[in-house]
Amino acid sequence: MKTAGSKYADMPKPLWLLAELTYACPLQCPYCSNPVDMANYTRELTTEEWFKVLREARELGATQLGFSGGEPLTRPDLEELIAEARRLGYYTNLITSGVGMTEERIKAFKEAGLDHIQVSFQASSQELNDFIAGTDAFQHKLEMARAVKRNGYPMVLCFVLHRHNEDQVEDILELAIALEADYVELATTQYYGWAMHNKEQLLPTREQVERAEAIAHRYQEKMKGKMRIFYVVPDYYEDRPKACMNGWGNVFLTIAPDGAALPCHSARQLPGVELVNVRDHSIEWIWYESPLFNMFRGYDWMKEPCRSCDEKEKDFGGCRCQAWMLTGDPRNADPVCSKSPHHQELLDEVARIEADAMNPDVPEKPLVFRNMRTSKALIGDKPERDTTTA
Amino acid sequence: MEHAFQPGQKPSIRSGFRFQWEPAQERHVLLYPEGMVKLTASAGEILKRCDGEHTVAEIVEELKQQFPGVDLEADVYKFLEVADENGWIEVR
Ligand code: SF4
Ligand code: SF4
Repeated sequence: MKTAGSKYADMPKPLWLLAELTYACPLQCPYCSNPVDMANYTRELTTEEWFKVLREARELGATQLGFSGGEPLTRPDLEELIAEARRLGYYTNLITSGVGMTEERIKAFKEAGLDHIQVSFQASSQELNDFIAGTDAFQHKLEMARAVKRNGYPMVLCFVLHRHNEDQVEDILELAIALEADYVELATTQYYGWAMHNKEQLLPTREQVERAEAIAHRYQEKMKGKMRIFYVVPDYYEDRPKACMNGWGNVFLTIAPDGAALPCHSARQLPGVELVNVRDHSIEWIWYESPLFNMFRGYDWMKEPCRSCDEKEKDFGGCRCQAWMLTGDPRNADPVCSKSPHHQELLDEVARIEADAMNPDVPEKPLVFRNMRTSKALIGDKPERDTTTA
Repeated sequence: MEHAFQPGQKPSIRSGFRFQWEPAQERHVLLYPEGMVKLTASAGEILKRCDGEHTVAEIVEELKQQFPGVDLEADVYKFLEVADENGWIEVR
């Protein structure tokens, strides 16, 4: 195999490739991080086009590969894509809701060389799970999680936490133990895409978060050596931001269903972004040369307080999308940081949402569920923003 | 000195983990669900032999032949301990 040319020897490599195969999904999670205007990007890459992406990214050094979406199971060529990825030497991860899965397919994936399956649950009880998912899925998910283990895969169970299930953490962990998960991700809702749209109804209270954290830590101790539990504190309640994507254009390469190459899954929304598509360019050019991947790479783009901050190598100034959504300028420090001049605004907003959530006189707004119909309605008659030039 | 491993034990890479050479990085890596450990050259040499066939004593012997004059026995035992604590290897 060819290795990356010496021209780029000192540059970071895209070790992690996230292949978002489709935005189609039978579920309707209101916390979904897919873009709200996803109905604009339905011209999916073909099997051959994905083969090209896999091959080129692997040549640059990509090693971990996640098949996600949407629901990747809706792609009938998933088996073929897995087989090709495995042949190229990727460690292949399937990130799925389990809806649309059958034991037959689990077996076929194994034959194709799939290394690991992550199944997401919406909650630990049927009632809440199916309400959040917007469909009856819980029983089938249980069956599929058991089938994943039966077929010898390592299994990650993923639960996205928010106000409506944050108090179930203990039950969630018990469910994970019963299903013999190898890893559990208690993934805090990140406010992008649909989640941002539903922020007022999803943000947990600080008290909920503290309780959940204590429980997660107790189980981490208890399950040591048997099951690994990852718990990420919601960053709205922190005073330093997350090292988003481990730095822009540093490790992660996301390819959206329509072939748009993105440094993070929500980069499409940033102002001034010139989108690049794998239909028009090589992955090598996209990763090393494109304006998009160099936009926030390294530290030169930073403004104060990040520019002269001695912590910038730790968190890269946080998340560009969050800076854009919350301060109006993607070059600002992520306002989660207490050094950001916008930090107080974030605290005030969180306090207001919390107060409303606990005040019985404030009527609860309904959740907006993620589906193509709603996406089209939210887009209104804005013109399509296709990313190919062909 | 007490070791967690016995010379006759046969360690192997834990199931669900994959050990492989990465040409682009010019090193061995250990892959697991959504994660990767980048290995140093010596860790790579040891894990390469954790195949469920070699005993710990044989691993030490082979490495001694490959790197003559280096006293590496204690390092091998120590690394295996760390690898075990991290759940990278298992002994059946
Ligand atoms: S978060 Fe829910 S709706 Fe979004 S892709 Fe995943 S399963 Fe589908
Ligand atoms: S000022 Fe910027 S670089 Fe410093 S800790 Fe805050 S976000 Fe990170």
